[in-house]
Amino acid sequence: MSDKPKFAMYWAASCGGCEIAVLNIHEKILDVDANFDVAFWPVAMDAKYKDVEALPDEAITLTLFNGGIRNSENEAIAKLLRKKSKFLVAFGSCACEGCIPGLANFSSPKDVFDAAYDSVSTDNPDGVRPQSSVTVPEGELEIPKFYPVLKTLDQVVPVDYYMPGCPPESTQIGAVIDLVIKALKGEAELPPAGATIGAGATTVCDECSRKRNIKTIKAFTRIQDLEHVDPELCLLEQGIPCNGPATRNGCGALCPLAGAQCIGCYGPAEGVIDFGARLMTAFASVIDSDDQDEIDRILDGLVDPAGQFYRFSLAGSLLGAAKSAWQTGEEK
Amino acid sequence: MTRITIAPVTRVEGHAKVTIDLDDTGNVADTFVNVVELRGFEKFCIGRPVEELPRIVTSICGVCPWSHHLASAKANDAVFGVTPPSAGRKLRELCNAVAYTEEHILHFFFLAGADYVMGPDRDYSARNVIGIAQEHPEIGRKVVRNRHLGAQMLNIISGKTIHPVTAVPGGVSKPLTETERDKVLPMANEVLEFAKFAIAFAKEDVFPKYLDAVQTTGVIKTGFLGTVADDGALDLYDGNLRLMKPDGAYVDFPYADYTEHIGEHVEPWTYLKFPFAKEWGAFSMDLDNPSGIYRTNTLARLNVCDKITTPLAQKELEEYREQFGRPVQLTLLYNWARLIELLYNAEKAVELLNDPEITSTETRVPVVPRAARGVGCVEAPRGTLIHDYETDENGLITDVNLIVGTTHNNAPINMSVKQAATSLIKDGKYDQGILNQVEMAIRAYDPCLSCATHDLDGRIPVRLEIRDADGEVIDTLIS
Repeated sequence: MSDKPKFAMYWAASCGGCEIAVLNIHEKILDVDANFDVAFWPVAMDAKYKDVEALPDEAITLTLFNGGIRNSENEAIAKLLRKKSKFLVAFGSCACEGCIPGLANFSSPKDVFDAAYDSVSTDNPDGVRPQSSVTVPEGELEIPKFYPVLKTLDQVVPVDYYMPGCPPESTQIGAVIDLVIKALKGEAELPPAGATIGAGATTVCDECSRKRNIKTIKAFTRIQDLEHVDPELCLLEQGIPCNGPATRNGCGALCPLAGAQCIGCYGPAEGVIDFGARLMTAFASVIDSDDQDEIDRILDGLVDPAGQFYRFSLAGSLLGAAKSAWQTGEEK
Repeated sequence: MTRITIAPVTRVEGHAKVTIDLDDTGNVADTFVNVVELRGFEKFCIGRPVEELPRIVTSICGVCPWSHHLASAKANDAVFGVTPPSAGRKLRELCNAVAYTEEHILHFFFLAGADYVMGPDRDYSARNVIGIAQEHPEIGRKVVRNRHLGAQMLNIISGKTIHPVTAVPGGVSKPLTETERDKVLPMANEVLEFAKFAIAFAKEDVFPKYLDAVQTTGVIKTGFLGTVADDGALDLYDGNLRLMKPDGAYVDFPYADYTEHIGEHVEPWTYLKFPFAKEWGAFSMDLDNPSGIYRTNTLARLNVCDKITTPLAQKELEEYREQFGRPVQLTLLYNWARLIELLYNAEKAVELLNDPEITSTETRVPVVPRAARGVGCVEAPRGTLIHDYETDENGLITDVNLIVGTTHNNAPINMSVKQAATSLIKDGKYDQGILNQVEMAIRAYDPCLSCATHDLDGRIPVRLEIRDADGEVIDTLIS
């Protein structure tokens, strides 16, 4: 290995989209190679855990960590990479705020296992469940322990920067890599610790070119109930519950511009503590009524409040602070 | 007893480890591919509006989000009882074909292919796409450019590549304009040229060097599952499922009837279930006497189909069958079959873009929620992908069952690893190159552990531990 700064990327409980988003910086991936030694990146190269363990502390300059913490292995690797990394970035929605897999925090592990291992196609008369330790004739077999809830990265280790998105857009990744390379050469300054990088500071609405006219609505509509979706008018004004007003910009408003409402994958806008609370305020402000019954009827049009307000942010939200018995591990 | 652990298995999508136990003479006693993750999609999709599932299930896998997006949209069509207009279907097929080209290029050149292009015994620091780019800069440039073209095409056609958003119940939300089509068509033609180059390059410079390994590494005898059109042609978006026995006999059935033919077995040492063919007897992974075992993904699809509808890929299929027969059991030939499919998808994309109907604005029919069950199925790059939803009268999900491509291959992957380890590790002797060859047997399947472990956490980690006779771990490899 040369004396170039070291780079690592790891996926914990995630889908792999963040890795593909990094590969989708295309030609720039060769800049990564020119400026960094890739010390650890399981999807792309063959360094193993023992190779990371052998490195001195803080030997890796930049680690992009994606995925939430769903099991004991995720946590162990998060701690290992924290120790070995100078800058640890919570990369993508799962690491930042839990993302869609965080919706499992509404359910106990038992219910999650039952849904998986007693499904309509499962042939499991003895009710077998995966165990973190199993005895076979040759000895013990171990698989990581499934935790009661999914945690965000900063709930288990300190994080230096947050890069939101599901996944972060490749243009943003390219810009961040350029910035880090410049900073390492002394040509630029890194943002302050704890900053959100690779994103804007306002909302998706600021990037969306759809027209906004009236500011109020009389009903929320599901997209399939609309005979025709106006290709140029604000989706929220057409009654489609679009999460743009609460969501951080930086994505280029790709979804609303393709006729699909924003679902909030870039997380809360700058300064917003709880995504759901901000979105509720935003929706409340467009409802055109002073009559409580009518307001209730309009709100009933939001058929899945949990999925609407916390699809990406449940694990990291204020709601996440209220714990059930199974979440604290008191009940199996 | 000695235990070898490979952890994590690398250059696969997701998390797994391999455990190889050696007996006192240093020969393989048993092996286990432990998939180490679960995320719980089947639970937390309940209560969500069914029309939102195409944008929730994509998070099962960021590697093949299009497959989940489209299987989910098809399950939605079935729940609502509608058929998308012709242009809507063709746009979905176009996105599927383009996404396939991107993924097959990724797998061959970034993941498994590095073993063949660089050689399985090369130092691990060179055995990857950057190694390829340094040693074969011209190929590296082409690979990067053509993946880039795929991503750009999907962006233009559908707005967002990962995770896609435009397939909605009854069709797609965004028509393709003629200007956009004119922009995309030359890109599709360039990818087709690359696909032709890739298979010619592999047949000339890569595969001949490994024909010996192909005959031995990870070879097992199984049945196969894939999707075919009414005329028996390879179809990646729609058709009947065809389940083929090891001897080549098969049954065809509508995918909505999958539970009559496929069951899923559970083992306590892995989070991943083991699908099996119910009508072939009780599930067994015994190498000498397997039962109920079938495979999916490229090797399987090219075994079950009678033909391919595009001319260049059909010619390649004929040549491949001439050399290896039908059904082909040689595990490492997944990679060869993958390049034939790359060519098919590249041809298919050009064909669809030249179809005047592709720019029609009639891409969606309106739908009304109802209580119903709907099954959607597509061929994901890694195998048959089944989404099965039930809703209440308000269109909210009451039950979800998912069987994904890699999961079908769980038993075969375990068997191939055992076969490879047993034949390669003798008298306690092994080295990094040998363990990498064990991993190659896994990589051939292009497993996506993210997809496979949607249930709880999302990965098939493969980890290989080597222990000495006292049970002490003396080496660990992980993917």
